[in-house]
Amino acid sequence: MDSYRWNWQVFWNTVDYGGEQYYQWLVSGLLLTIATSLLAWCLALFLGILLGVCTTTPLKWVCWIGDIYVEVFRNIPLIVQMFLWFFVLPEILPPSWGNWLKTGLPFPEFYTAVFSLAFFTAARIAEQVKAGIMSIPLGQKSAGLAMGFTLLQVYRYILLPCVLRIMIPPLTSEFINIFKNSSVALTIGLLELMATGQQVNEYTFQGMEVFSVVTLLYVGIALVVNAIMAGIEERVKIPGYLEGR
Amino acid sequence: MGISIENVSKRFGLFQAIDEVSLEIKTGSLVALLGPSGSGKSTLLRMIAGLETPDTGRISLVGEDATHRSVQERNIGFVFQHYALFKHLTVRRNIAFALEIRKVPTVQIKQRVQELLELIQLEGLGDRYPSQLSGGQRQRVALARALAFQPQVLLLDEPFGALDAKVRKELRLWLRHLHDTVNVTTVFVTHDQEEAMEVASELVVMNKGRIEQSGSPADIYENPNTPFVMGFIGPVNVLPAHTDELITHHSKAETPHSAKEPAHLFLRPHDILIYLEPGEDRIPATIERVIHLGWEVQVELSLTSGQTLIANLTRDSLEELQPKSGQGVFISPRRIKLFSGVAA
Repeated sequence: MDSYRWNWQVFWNTVDYGGEQYYQWLVSGLLLTIATSLLAWCLALFLGILLGVCTTTPLKWVCWIGDIYVEVFRNIPLIVQMFLWFFVLPEILPPSWGNWLKTGLPFPEFYTAVFSLAFFTAARIAEQVKAGIMSIPLGQKSAGLAMGFTLLQVYRYILLPCVLRIMIPPLTSEFINIFKNSSVALTIGLLELMATGQQVNEYTFQGMEVFSVVTLLYVGIALVVNAIMAGIEERVKIPGYLEGR
Repeated sequence: MGISIENVSKRFGLFQAIDEVSLEIKTGSLVALLGPSGSGKSTLLRMIAGLETPDTGRISLVGEDATHRSVQERNIGFVFQHYALFKHLTVRRNIAFALEIRKVPTVQIKQRVQELLELIQLEGLGDRYPSQLSGGQRQRVALARALAFQPQVLLLDEPFGALDAKVRKELRLWLRHLHDTVNVTTVFVTHDQEEAMEVASELVVMNKGRIEQSGSPADIYENPNTPFVMGFIGPVNVLPAHTDELITHHSKAETPHSAKEPAHLFLRPHDILIYLEPGEDRIPATIERVIHLGWEVQVELSLTSGQTLIANLTRDSLEELQPKSGQGVFISPRRIKLFSGVAA
């Protein structure tokens, strides 16, 4: 390590061909990480809430759908899931669909990363929604029904508003996780932050600087997410309810 | 007829919660379902609400068969023991919520909420959240919420169960007055016989999924039909029918429903008179203990046969008797009931 020569100027060096500067690679990686994660997050939140609600309905078969989904997507490692979606799915689909996935779909590694991240995270969110709903006294649901609400209205207006408030802290973790997990997508060729970092390293051999910056960027994202979620928590706070926890 | 229940049964697994129950509740009445835990009173109330469905039998609300109608279609107001207020909404919105869902015009909602806030005497607290209210205030909000869309029937499940004794007493009176004002057919569940007698105009005493007896509080207290009712409504002394000293009193004992094998004698503590001198029909007894409860005095007595009894003394007779433990006295039962079977 004694011979390592620190050079923080490396990011402003111009790439040998193409005329770009290395920092621009990192910026594009960062933007792709953010885009992938945000899109996946929206899908995961929607799907996770839907599935979490499913697991608590009085309809047996609807519960099963939720439970089976959670077990499948929670128990397979994310990297395996990404490989399955990216490499295996096109082979087992009818040839015309498979070919479309391989050649017709623009930017396949991006969409695959978004969907596998979303499906994976949805299972975790579903479990939290389920736990949240079960933590709410049964009387709330009965009270809603007795007041003339339909089951759908009970979920929409009574249970979910409380559950989502309770869930803000664990959701913050999931939101941060999805950014970190998006780095797995480098294995299917998505040029996100981690992948561009690796690329810069391979071109410049200034790994210490490059991965320091990559690390700081991930930490920075996490801190921003944390601040946003804390802001939301503050805004939707109900006086006297869940305070002081 | 407000509520009509015909031959309703309900089973949870092996447990027969409700066993062939029939009951008529008049429009505008205030009825208490009274019984120990596990007697089926809450299940019956939840079936009237539609929160449970009966296995067999029929339930009609205001003359219409409602057995297979959902909770939403029954137009009932339900008040839960633990209030079940919506914690994420203010008092005002809690009350307004059922009206908002039914798309009632905003002006009307505002007016109705204001009326109800006045009714429950919480005008100033409309913008508070439930967690900022006391238990008694929360339960009043729960009542206002249940009344918001003018239900045909108001159902309350142990409404005062979670409150402390003083607040409970205040709310009982208040519910009674409220019923006089809004006059909606009201059924409430309680295991507290004093509460039932104080609030309701009619009692339905339940035990083991069946109705033991129904009627006015006074009638049920004075003329219990079964040993269970006698034991559950008010304090009672139970003695074996062959207690020697009381054999002579058998002739004047009341035997409701012509008990075939009278097994036990039932005496209310306030129906035992205590004298210092012997006399006709008076039985010798010894005072074992004197218990001062403030508003009354209880005396624990033992008969020569070894049986023990509790008697109540008024303040007047207390002055006259000056009871002390170990003192020999003479007692005379004013009223005795003979039942085959045992009390609650």
